[in-house]
Amino acid sequence: MSLFRRSIVAALVVAVLFLTVPILAIFLDTSPGRLLASLGDPSARDALVLSLETTTLALAIILVVGTPAAYQLATRRFRGRSVVLTLVELPLVLPPAVAGIGLLAALGPHGLFGVALAGAHIDLVLQTAGVVVALVFVAAPFYLRQAVAAFSAVDPSVVQASRTLGASEAATLARVVIPSALAGLAAGTALAWGRALGEFGATLMFAGSFRGITQTVPLAIYDRFSDDFPGALALSAVLVIASAALLLSVKLLGGDRGLAAR
Amino acid sequence: MTVGSLRVEAALEFGAFELDLALDVEPGRCLALAGPSGAGKSTLLRIVAGLLAPRAGRVSSGDAVWLDTARGVELAPERRGCGYVFQDYALFEHLRVWQNVGYALPRRDRRAAAAPLLERFGLSALAEQRPPTLSGGERQRVALARALARRPAVLLLDEPLSALDSRTRASATRELAALLREAEVPCLLVTHDFTEAAMLGDEVAVVDAGRLVQRGTPAALAAAPGSAFVADFTGAVVLRGVARPGADGLTIVDLDGGGQVTSTDAAEGAVAASVYPWDIAIELAGEGHAGSARNRLLAEVASVTAVGGRVRLGLLAGQPLAAEVSEAAVRELRLTPGTRVAATWKATATRLTCG
Repeated sequence: MSLFRRSIVAALVVAVLFLTVPILAIFLDTSPGRLLASLGDPSARDALVLSLETTTLALAIILVVGTPAAYQLATRRFRGRSVVLTLVELPLVLPPAVAGIGLLAALGPHGLFGVALAGAHIDLVLQTAGVVVALVFVAAPFYLRQAVAAFSAVDPSVVQASRTLGASEAATLARVVIPSALAGLAAGTALAWGRALGEFGATLMFAGSFRGITQTVPLAIYDRFSDDFPGALALSAVLVIASAALLLSVKLLGGDRGLAAR
Repeated sequence: MTVGSLRVEAALEFGAFELDLALDVEPGRCLALAGPSGAGKSTLLRIVAGLLAPRAGRVSSGDAVWLDTARGVELAPERRGCGYVFQDYALFEHLRVWQNVGYALPRRDRRAAAAPLLERFGLSALAEQRPPTLSGGERQRVALARALARRPAVLLLDEPLSALDSRTRASATRELAALLREAEVPCLLVTHDFTEAAMLGDEVAVVDAGRLVQRGTPAALAAAPGSAFVADFTGAVVLRGVARPGADGLTIVDLDGGGQVTSTDAAEGAVAASVYPWDIAIELAGEGHAGSARNRLLAEVASVTAVGGRVRLGLLAGQPLAAEVSEAAVRELRLTPGTRVAATWKATATRLTCG
């Protein structure tokens, strides 16, 4: 093997080790028995349940609003469409701290809509609802991006065929468009879910870190890493497994190809 | 669906492209819209189906008005009764064959209602398959069966043979021609190939740059083209017959309606023999014959049409035939309707296609 070939292989080995060792260490640093015992802790269980609840709710909101919005973006050509596409993707590259400040400035007690929300008796800051708002804000672009790509890839003549065969626009969406785009939509859902599950910065700034109310798993990990390192490890292990499962589902659903094609 | 004549008038501007067409098709008749790509043929189909709204126009099927821009009537595509066969067939790839065919049928008993259609199009054995596993010919049959399921009032076919390879195309053309003969509704078929239009359409409407150039039976268009464009576009004249091997490696075709032609192409059974009008030479009947041309059909001149410096002769020789000669030849031979002539051309100028 030439020196050039050998150095390329060496670079790959270094990259793979660097990226996998910290993840493996989570599982190797403590015994499985201690990991399981830490999960039995009530505060750990609170965090897990809260993460499950808030991410599920956030995903439901993203799907219900995001799917028709993405369909509109993918199939209609209107003035300012590219600007809208860029705007909805902006949170993808936004630093989490900026997202948190932005949410406070818009929806916080002294924010743009603070008075209106207070008038309607809607309290978001330091509340579970605030966690959901933060999750939707950071995770929605992941779904929207994938869904727009998936809907754009649906052959327009198939949609037209459905219409000439007697199906209304709504029936066509349900019977042809969504089933045709399903792999891409599912991949987008998995990506958004993964992002929501790991969300930290915006949630901490906008909703705080109160056990059982706003303390999701990432916040609980941060909360305990100084005095209960094994407990932090145990929760991290759960997040690694959940994230790996979501990534795997993206790969299996072909969403990876969809991403590469963009 | 009530069956009646299809009437279409449409005007549309699209950048530099202008469409201004009016035509009608009687029930049970098939009008082939033929013309070069970009002539506006598919656009017209889309207007009929409601997939595209013209700036001004009217579309009606029998008594039912589907579009009338003057009165603000515009029915959605699903409320018009159009069976539409798309160019690439546009099958639902996520559904099985029987679900594709039964798509337009009520959800209840969809399976049972689709069964006779599957049977008729030879798809019963493929009912559980999904489109990606089908061949081109099978996909075309699924598209046809699906379009006919709802008993449409109008059948629209956009280049129904263009997605097929040349081997499948011959048999698919025969099947489609038989289907169109049986159809009891008006059919509009789009093709860029005049020979295909002649084989499938009762009449051909030549369309160019958004305008109807000429309409008539295929033979009439070939015999008396209204313009040099139509003369060129009609291309080869098609003679139908049965081929058998002859002497010296040549193929003899016994023409339907009498007469024989010889070709250097190998073929057997039912064939279409095609020859270009400008490859046909004309001599007065009864004159001596000692040339290299193997083909000599006695005919009567039916029409004499000047098309830009050349003259198209419509000939009656058992089957309609067209020849193209110079103005000087017409003068010298005194060719007028009724003149008895012999049309001659070489065996090498005769193409045979199965079908």
